[in-house]
Amino acid sequence: MLSFLNYFVSGLSLGSIYAIIALGYTMVYGIAKMLNFAHGDFIMIGCYMIFTIVSTMGLPPVAGIIVAVIVCTILGVTTEKVAYKPLRGASSPLAVLITAIGVSYLLENAALLIFGADTKSFTSVISWSGITLAGGQLKIQGVTIVTIAVSLLILVFLQLFVHKTREGQAMLAVSQDRGAATLMGINVNKTISITFAIGSALAAIAGALLCSAYPSLTPYTGAMPGIKAFVAAVLGGIGSIPGAMIGGLVLGIIEILSRTYISSQLSDAIVFSILIIVLLVKPTGILGKNIQEKV
Amino acid sequence: MRKTQKKTLITYAIVIIAYIILEIFMKAGMMSSHLKGLLVPMVYYAIAAVALNLCVGILGELSLGHAGFMCVGAFSSAIVSQLLSGAIPDALRFILALIIGVVISALFGMLIGIPVLRLNGDYLAIVTLAFGEIIKNILNSIYLGVDSAGVHLSLKSQMALGLADDGKVLINGAMGITGTPQDSNFTIAIVVLLISLFIVQNMIDSRDGRAIMSIRDNRIASESVGINITKYKMTGFVVSAAIAGAAGVLFSHNIATMQATSQYFGYNVSIMILVYVVLGGIGNIRGSVIAACILYLLPELLRGLNKYRMLIYSIVLIVMMIINWSPALRDKRDKLRKKLMKGAGHGAA
Amino acid sequence: MKNYRKVLGLTLAATMAVGMLAGCGSTATGDTATSQTADSAASSADAATSTAAEGGTFKIGVIGPLTGAAAAYGSAVANAAQIAVDEINAAGGMNGYQVELKSEDDELDSTKSVNAYNTLKDWGMQFLLGSVTSGCSIAVSEETKNDNMFQLTPSGSAVDCVKYDNAFRVCFSDPAQGTASAQYIGTHKLADKVGVIYDSSDVYSSGVYQSFETEAANQGFEIVSAEAFTSDNKTDFSVQLQKAKDAGAELVFLPIYYTEASLILAQANTMDYKPTFFGCDGMDGILSVENFDTSLAEGLMLLTPFSADATDDLTVNFVKAYEDKYNGEVPNQFAADSYDGVYAIKAAIEKAGITPDMSISDICEGMKTAMTQISVDGLTSSAITWDASGEPTKEPKAVVIKDGAYALAE
Repeated sequence: MLSFLNYFVSGLSLGSIYAIIALGYTMVYGIAKMLNFAHGDFIMIGCYMIFTIVSTMGLPPVAGIIVAVIVCTILGVTTEKVAYKPLRGASSPLAVLITAIGVSYLLENAALLIFGADTKSFTSVISWSGITLAGGQLKIQGVTIVTIAVSLLILVFLQLFVHKTREGQAMLAVSQDRGAATLMGINVNKTISITFAIGSALAAIAGALLCSAYPSLTPYTGAMPGIKAFVAAVLGGIGSIPGAMIGGLVLGIIEILSRTYISSQLSDAIVFSILIIVLLVKPTGILGKNIQEKV
Repeated sequence: MRKTQKKTLITYAIVIIAYIILEIFMKAGMMSSHLKGLLVPMVYYAIAAVALNLCVGILGELSLGHAGFMCVGAFSSAIVSQLLSGAIPDALRFILALIIGVVISALFGMLIGIPVLRLNGDYLAIVTLAFGEIIKNILNSIYLGVDSAGVHLSLKSQMALGLADDGKVLINGAMGITGTPQDSNFTIAIVVLLISLFIVQNMIDSRDGRAIMSIRDNRIASESVGINITKYKMTGFVVSAAIAGAAGVLFSHNIATMQATSQYFGYNVSIMILVYVVLGGIGNIRGSVIAACILYLLPELLRGLNKYRMLIYSIVLIVMMIINWSPALRDKRDKLRKKLMKGAGHGAA
Repeated sequence: MKNYRKVLGLTLAATMAVGMLAGCGSTATGDTATSQTADSAASSADAATSTAAEGGTFKIGVIGPLTGAAAAYGSAVANAAQIAVDEINAAGGMNGYQVELKSEDDELDSTKSVNAYNTLKDWGMQFLLGSVTSGCSIAVSEETKNDNMFQLTPSGSAVDCVKYDNAFRVCFSDPAQGTASAQYIGTHKLADKVGVIYDSSDVYSSGVYQSFETEAANQGFEIVSAEAFTSDNKTDFSVQLQKAKDAGAELVFLPIYYTEASLILAQANTMDYKPTFFGCDGMDGILSVENFDTSLAEGLMLLTPFSADATDDLTVNFVKAYEDKYNGEVPNQFAADSYDGVYAIKAAIEKAGITPDMSISDICEGMKTAMTQISVDGLTSSAITWDASGEPTKEPKAVVIKDGAYALAE
């Protein structure tokens, strides 16, 4: 039982990281109506920023996180302006998706050239070693507790932001009907920019926590977690903020438990099979709303 | 002759002429071993690009799982070849392996098509990506052997197969398949490419093809005029998967050892094929072939540039997409073209 | 749109033409590229010949990952081979002939490795030292068999790397490493309960694990947990470590590469799990991971044929030469294998009386016999001998990490 709890806590930790990434995905998908394939790579850029500030320049972790958040926010907003905005309203929805894939590749290869392919060992931004329960049988790491707490804080913050502020209301309006929102005097471009800023800032925070929990850093660090977080967002119901949180946690727990009790090699196959099953059974996800297509 | 027919014939002609020129160079001993080694991979990537273009350009659905179909084709045909090696003549064996590889890829295409084709756009992309990763993941952990007692399968280790002395390990987990006969050569690859082109071009020109393209252009409208969306989408997707499988067959019979790793069959490879398709022109089958050939050869021949290759590709990809698809830029271009036409018209008059 | 297609077509034609030119000209450019050769070795490049039938130099080609994730291995092999060749040329060459060396990158991709082989063949290579990694080495061995080219892989450890009679290796095979590790743990009574974490998507790692498991039964210790990970999932080892911990493993065997191992060590530390960690030659290099806290590796044991702090003259001189030439970088085991490989080629050439004007196939036939007759005192072992199967016979050394440096274990 205790070992089950240990695995469960590992799953919660991984799940909270997926949840933070998925929150970024779901915001952007819900409002800009596009799959930002490069979201995972924003995470990686954030990690390299922290690595450079903390490990290379020797500044405190807080400085690293602040710089990472700023850089990622600028990167996200710029990417949106330069690469995605011109394609808004393109005749094929594939155009912006393929461009996003291009951005993802661009970031990975730029990082490859700048930082090199070799794995860097990441110094955790959280120095607290955690708590030990049940006489040393159950150990919960500091980074796990911080990750879970941060993900809950972000959830609350996002919910308040979306439902209580003018900008948040504008986001809801844009996500429901972009045309009508424009007519109501909402600045759609600005709203989408804010969305990207928030999503990218979340990516930087997710990066800090991801690399603290699993301290290795390569140009491809963000790719797989990014894809899995998208699966989590779909699982929870894309566009729904609480859904992304639930989807992330569920996915993380399923991944760790299937690795423990089924097969350590097939966990990815299981995670991705879940995506296919969810889309077959309930394409809108756990908390998603069914939207009728209009002609 | 109809215009489309003429275009199609030009495509075949380009392929055949390129083939003849290269063959002459090869026979005359004027080609380096390095370039010779690049020819078959160049062609199978061209075939994969044709397959993906059918899916992206004609069907209008982005698949990021075509490397997965290649993987299926590669592994199934390699197993067939290993089992039949020595039992039947080489030529027959290869044809059989090719057919089985293609059929099994098509079956997988159908299997994955059932859930996937109910979705569209981004979902389809991510599900096909997931599918490719599942295939890779499973093949990496399968141990398959055969002996006089029959087929043995294990998910644990090679020892767990419990093979008899006459047994032969077919898939050794992550170590993949070794010792596939190297049957692929440039001529065979070109023949497969021509057949793929023939199938795709005929499909586009057929009634089915027009139905498929109408779904791409306006799904709801085509549904309302009675086109069975699922059926036509499925047809296109399965054919696309089958052709990708054929590329996989050439892959496995070109190299003696093959593992289901990301570098050969991961989604990165699917994305690389997508780059070929986009740069060749989405929906332009001939463009895919030419783009795949150039983009495969160029970095290999200019090895010094390799470091910057993917960076350059990604920038070109983004720029191409924005130039070709941005509504604002399209308007401007159309206006410019009209102006030029007008100018030309005045000049002629 | 039409013009655009024309441009594409023209570019294709131009590419092909460039390709032909590059192909024909490669023999000429190859020689100018290797200017390190001593002056006496007048590089007599004749463009039309790819067999290097005339000319008084031996041409050794190296294939390995010079860029990408495994670049550390490929560059080590290329660098050490260069040192060996420079030494040999300064001392009068092999069998009286100077030696040229050319390295090609394969980026850890077997298709690219075959391409690299073809490039080297165009250059006029007579001996192949490569490929560095197993998968690539196996793929290239199909080609060398067809051409009957002599192949000596410095570090391709999978069984199939030397399945043809023209292929030999310098390093231990995967089964030999697994067996030797199990025997070392058994005879030194390091633990009763052993956990294993291996990379199931890697040829090397699964190969070592398989033979380790087989041999463990004979060595009186029990494998209590054997957990795999895959290359797509190599950042989170909490489950694998937790399972080993729950099963009470006192020693965890890690037949994996050092990058993942560094993560495992860090995560075990945060879990308060402190077993003995035991690795193979892939672990070599763990101390050079950027920003890695080397105190975590304290007490880590690895079975490797080479340790840079050994005090014999050969090692001391080699390490010094390597550090001087490559900015103070400490050579790893791959470098040592490569250095020994060049000297093995030299010994076999001299044994068989091979001259550069022989055809590639004749050279290979001569080398095949000579390799089984020579004995090389190298960095990785004294008196290395080979049998016709291509496997070397040598003694492994156990190394333990003490105070952030490698030290010979008792």
